[in-house]
Amino acid sequence: MSANRKGLVTFSTIDPNAALAAAVAKTRAEIIGEVTASKLKGRGGAGFPTGVKWNLAAAAKGDAKYVICNADEGEPGTFKDRVILAEVPDLVFAGMTIGGIAIGAVKGIIYLRGEYTYLREQLESALAKRRAAGLLGPQVMDKAVAFDIEIRMGSGAYVCGEETALIESLEGQRGEPRNRPPFPVDTGFMGQPTIVNNVETFACVAAIFAKGAAWFASIGTEKSTGPKLFSVSGDCARPGVYEFPLGIMVSELLREVGGENAKAVQIGGASGHCVPSSEFTRTLSYEDVSTGGSVMVFGPQRDMLAVAKNFMEFFVEESCGQCTPCREGNAKLLEGIEMLEEGRCSAAYLDELTKLGEVMQLASKCGLGQSSPNAFLSIVSHFQDELMGRTHGLVR
Amino acid sequence: MSDQEKANTATSRAPVSQRGHLVKMPTDGTAIGALVTVSIDGQDVKVPLGSTILEAAKQIGVKIPTLCYHEDLCIAGVCRICVVEVEGQRTLQAACAYPITSPLKIHTHTRKVRQSRRRILDLLLSKHYGECYSCFRNTNCELQTLAAEYGVDFFRFGHPDKPSSELDNSSYSVQRDMNKCILCRRCVRTCIDLQEVGVLEAVHRGDKTRISTFMDKPLAEVVCINCGQCINRCPTAALGAADPTDDVWRDINDPTKHVVIQTAPAPRAAIGECFGLPPGTPLTFEMNSALRAIGFDKVFDTNFTADLTIIEEGTELILRLHKALVEKQQVALPQFTSCSPGWVKYIEHFYPEMLPHMSSAKSPQQMFGSVIKTYYAKLNNIDPASIVTVALMPCSAKKFECNRPEMASSGYKDVDYGLVTRELAQMFKEAGIELPKMPKSDFDDPFGTATGSGVIFGATGGVMEAALRTVIELVSGMKVENLYDHANILPVRGFEGIRYVELTIPKVGPVPELLKTNKHLPFDSWDWLAGATLKVAVAHGTANAKKVLEDIKAGGKLSECHFIEFMACPGGCLGGGGMPIPTSPAIRAARAKAIYAEDAAYEVRKSHENPAVIRLYNEFLTDGPNGHTAHHLLHTTYTPRGKYIT
Repeated sequence: MSANRKGLVTFSTIDPNAALAAAVAKTRAEIIGEVTASKLKGRGGAGFPTGVKWNLAAAAKGDAKYVICNADEGEPGTFKDRVILAEVPDLVFAGMTIGGIAIGAVKGIIYLRGEYTYLREQLESALAKRRAAGLLGPQVMDKAVAFDIEIRMGSGAYVCGEETALIESLEGQRGEPRNRPPFPVDTGFMGQPTIVNNVETFACVAAIFAKGAAWFASIGTEKSTGPKLFSVSGDCARPGVYEFPLGIMVSELLREVGGENAKAVQIGGASGHCVPSSEFTRTLSYEDVSTGGSVMVFGPQRDMLAVAKNFMEFFVEESCGQCTPCREGNAKLLEGIEMLEEGRCSAAYLDELTKLGEVMQLASKCGLGQSSPNAFLSIVSHFQDELMGRTHGLVR
Repeated sequence: MSDQEKANTATSRAPVSQRGHLVKMPTDGTAIGALVTVSIDGQDVKVPLGSTILEAAKQIGVKIPTLCYHEDLCIAGVCRICVVEVEGQRTLQAACAYPITSPLKIHTHTRKVRQSRRRILDLLLSKHYGECYSCFRNTNCELQTLAAEYGVDFFRFGHPDKPSSELDNSSYSVQRDMNKCILCRRCVRTCIDLQEVGVLEAVHRGDKTRISTFMDKPLAEVVCINCGQCINRCPTAALGAADPTDDVWRDINDPTKHVVIQTAPAPRAAIGECFGLPPGTPLTFEMNSALRAIGFDKVFDTNFTADLTIIEEGTELILRLHKALVEKQQVALPQFTSCSPGWVKYIEHFYPEMLPHMSSAKSPQQMFGSVIKTYYAKLNNIDPASIVTVALMPCSAKKFECNRPEMASSGYKDVDYGLVTRELAQMFKEAGIELPKMPKSDFDDPFGTATGSGVIFGATGGVMEAALRTVIELVSGMKVENLYDHANILPVRGFEGIRYVELTIPKVGPVPELLKTNKHLPFDSWDWLAGATLKVAVAHGTANAKKVLEDIKAGGKLSECHFIEFMACPGGCLGGGGMPIPTSPAIRAARAKAIYAEDAAYEVRKSHENPAVIRLYNEFLTDGPNGHTAHHLLHTTYTPRGKYIT
């Protein structure tokens, strides 16, 4: 696999068929036990323990159950799922099949980002090959378990990466997040128990069954196990997809990618946090700075207000518009940034906007609204002088 | 899944995740299954598993503010005004949408909660155009009330000083002012989920989100059935009824006009709500005095033509049955009632192929208009051109109905203005009339005497009960009291969405004189109906109407019915789109109680015994029920509109 790393990228070394063979030899409880033992957490960024999620879905009662692969890779600055799907799709398919066996689902759905339509043909042919090889179909690996995978296309809405909005979209509705609880593991696609996992999470599952939970758990930190792919972009010498063990320090990563003189790094995409150079000793992990993979490097010349504005424009555009804090709040934050640009924003109003951002984090209906003010808030807190400078007539 | 849940999922377009919430968990502790104890602001309360935080709080009298929540609708959880703190949760939770499945510690007014609610209000106000004193929902607006409760004394995030979208007043019935919309989506859920009409939906994303119609067309050019259920559930003034009050005042003050008003049964059971009285306080006779006091020349009771409708529609049914059973002709059965103009427009749009089932009888409102401009005008020697007929209705669709071009068979517009309960209350207030304190007075002659059967038209099942009382007596010659205690045909009452009743005709009597006045009556004895079983059904709310029509199309049980009553609004007229706001199941039940109490108090309770109706046939409609004159003045035709409107 073409990710940058010293030595071989983990996913390149995994044999998806061996992983699946190891899994089908186990009971459902053993499969879930193995995933739990690996301490794998969701690779989409939220970091929910995969074993717990699967266990809930396995225990839930339903007429049918579903495995959904979230391939709506829409977070700005994230492009690692595209590489996985393009180069090692069988790992994802094997991971989904294992998930299906674990929770008792016979149907998997890949919700593929609209912009990745060009991948669809090769993914379909990979699926066809798996069916021909008996790795998908009524009897997976000649065992009495059935599983098949269908590809469904997204249409470009960022919010459809939120699992319940994704499910609404799959059901043919406007892509708007549902109230949670009930969670998809209980009431998901078509009201049935459903697991929704990220592309990389399913690939990790295959890795776990190929190499063992203990091997996986030995990589990374106590709470953030396993290797992780990062999509690195921005002001660095060598942007691209990288694999590092979770827990790597920001400064180490910057050294690898040639971005040592960065002023700040945006980790976790538009919905993530802006880490200033004074905090480059922080680690990329669920317990510190969590990310689905996006790492954007900002060099010394970057205008942080412009960065914040770019993110807020994105959220104003991508808020689904149903809940008040996100629909109206993002627009107010963007307005505030425009006031800052023109030197019209008082310190008191900036304070008001900061409080608004906190309310959005607390009161929004879904993860989009809850995380949309993150970038604004962290930029305001770390670069207040740079931002407020303009109120004193220092506009460029 | 329970049957109720299955019924909900079968036709509902509400997202799956929200459908379960349509089923109300009993909060009185009678639910089978586990109870769970939660602590709300330090107070413990036991609730059935799955109750929401809001329901639990209600049970112990803890008030949590709501905006997008409505008892009649599925859960949205979008306004976020009801957020509360749940211990152990990183974010605040929407009380209306959070099902309790484990013991929780909940706090409803912490600093975080208060700050969030206040800012959510500020955000809503930053988009809500208008000043309260120039708004028809002033003092009856949920946003205004919340702003007062949360002490909003300035607009933290601004306030629009000019409108950004145009008022849609294209419809005779419903007006939309999107400048006041706060995107709670109650109207969307009402239209899609409660009524299954689906005219309104959210379009675009983010802060460009708007509630819109198909292709952003004006309301008059989409499949809106004018039921006005969205108006009743709008928390602000974004939706309202087209208001003819100014025209009515003008005509009242014009000495050359003879202005008469007919009042439908439902408004009198609810207008007290506009004067601070509890729902279900009937003010029938106070209203009569008040109407005369503000200048109406005559005050009539729509119940008179409700009785007339029963005779006309009942005769039509008997003729259809004779055609089917004796003449062995193809005839559309079951016959559908046609009193509810929302229902009429619904079937015209969505099931035009089933229009032959519709009774051709006009609604009571239109029959009255017609009778006033012909019989009444002649009787009192008044030029029909100078008569203005106003109809006080519970219903926004009546405004459209009176403007249908076909509703002028006398040569004059049957009904000039459709006024709704809310608007009349406003007129009274403007005239300084405190309705509850008015003296009581009766309706005017010659239509004064009403019957209980007319009154119950205001509740779902009422038309059917009235029709059955008359049909049983006319056919069997027996008193209906011999079959049902106090002539209360209880099986057709209630609020269940679809009700089905079978009724065997015990014996047949002689054909009554009233029917025989129709010279073309194809029979002179009831023998062909001896021992027959009459199958009838009642449906209210167009979502239920849809289920009935689909069942008929599929050849189900309801296709064997002879007669079906349809009401567009949940609860029937007492839940109409012109009724006082707010509405809820409890409010509608209280109104229904008032209506049935009024019925029980009438001396004459059967339409065919109404002396004024008998007199009308004797003096004016001399060729009898369904005769030529009746057909010309009291019957109508329908327009197959379909869903594609050009």
